[in-house]
Amino acid sequence: MIPFNFDYYRPDTLEEATRAYRELDSRSLEPVYYSGGSEIISMARVHNIYTKAVIDLKAIPECNVLEFREDRLFIGSSVTLSRISEENPYPLLSKACSRIADHTMQCRITIGGNLGGTIIYREASLPLLLSDCEVIVTSSGSLSRVPLAEVFRERLLLPRGEFIVQFVIRKEYAAVPYVHVKKTRNEKIDYPLVSVAALKKDGRIRLALSGVCPFPFRSADIEDRLNDMNDSWGIRIDKALEYLPAPILNDISGSNGYRKFVLKNTLLNTLRTLEAMH
Amino acid sequence: MLKIEGKSIIQLDINGEIRETPVHPSDVLLYTLREELGLTGAKPGCENGDCGACTVLVDGWPVKACLMLSVEAIGHKITTVEGLNNATIQKAFVENWGFQCGYCTSGFLMVCHSLAYNHPNADEYVMEEWLQSNICRCTSYEEIRKAVNSVLMPASKG
Repeated sequence: MIPFNFDYYRPDTLEEATRAYRELDSRSLEPVYYSGGSEIISMARVHNIYTKAVIDLKAIPECNVLEFREDRLFIGSSVTLSRISEENPYPLLSKACSRIADHTMQCRITIGGNLGGTIIYREASLPLLLSDCEVIVTSSGSLSRVPLAEVFRERLLLPRGEFIVQFVIRKEYAAVPYVHVKKTRNEKIDYPLVSVAALKKDGRIRLALSGVCPFPFRSADIEDRLNDMNDSWGIRIDKALEYLPAPILNDISGSNGYRKFVLKNTLLNTLRTLEAMH
Repeated sequence: MLKIEGKSIIQLDINGEIRETPVHPSDVLLYTLREELGLTGAKPGCENGDCGACTVLVDGWPVKACLMLSVEAIGHKITTVEGLNNATIQKAFVENWGFQCGYCTSGFLMVCHSLAYNHPNADEYVMEEWLQSNICRCTSYEEIRKAVNSVLMPASKG
């Protein structure tokens, strides 16, 4: 049970959604955009989120597209993780989505919700960061298209009232060699000790990580070290780890030392696998 | 735009029947099914999306009713275990001893029913992936696996 009441709005258009947000916000109803809802409900139940109005984006057609148009893949922010896995338009993303929570939850969790939520791992972001994804964002009825990396650093950084409508990915990323490995403490379904997504594009390895630091990230410095063919795999990995953007997580799921050990081994296997692929 | 403000009467399509029910927009589907509509097949377990005991189908796909608002179900087809009506998977659970205490059974049945419908040729990997959404504290997993296997198409057993 959610221990407080709120009102529910399900707009049919982008314009209705942003207008509803402005209006509800002006009445101090603390509106939240809602899509899959699983995180909002579970957080609300324990008083970690409070709102008097939810705006459900699932009925907006633009938020539900999953299709190729010319040389781009468009994914609506309300598309569920299970739909991405089932339709499999971008295999690395499908793989990442199929390892977030459990399968039934994947039928509810949306890709927009995974990036916009408060849980720190946001593993669906990894393949998007690797593919230089762009996002279409709405605010006050207008749409803008910007690189994801501009509005997603550690977490989603959109101004109040804005939301992601679609993710736009170049079609060529659907066919590149990739590796996805998620290591958990014990059970298969759990938050990651280390989640590695990597792909090879134009002979260069790209890498994004979750579970290592308190946020998901892709680092140019780390990629430079991993692609330095003058060094052995082990030395490349050691050098790369000097460029982690924050201290390694150290919590009940895994100490920082253990996470580092798992990360190094996973990176070694990742390099071995990708360097053998063309 | 659909607006539900305050306690309201809504219509839900449940097990092929249109049912009217009072809801607060913040009510979760599990509560409405059990407390307002008398459909107690979906069980409250963890109420946090972990155990799967409350699983129902929404438009044919499994959903944990503890993590869905009742108002979100407007315009969608809900199926609970009461709506299975002696489905093949129910018979398979009985024949393969796919339960002990039975508390998790309705949730497992819904997931398995959806799996058999959406992926009739599912292999072991897909079956495991789907069934990991549910927990059985009596650990009847092997029997449940046999029950699901018995309803999947022969092509998947190659």
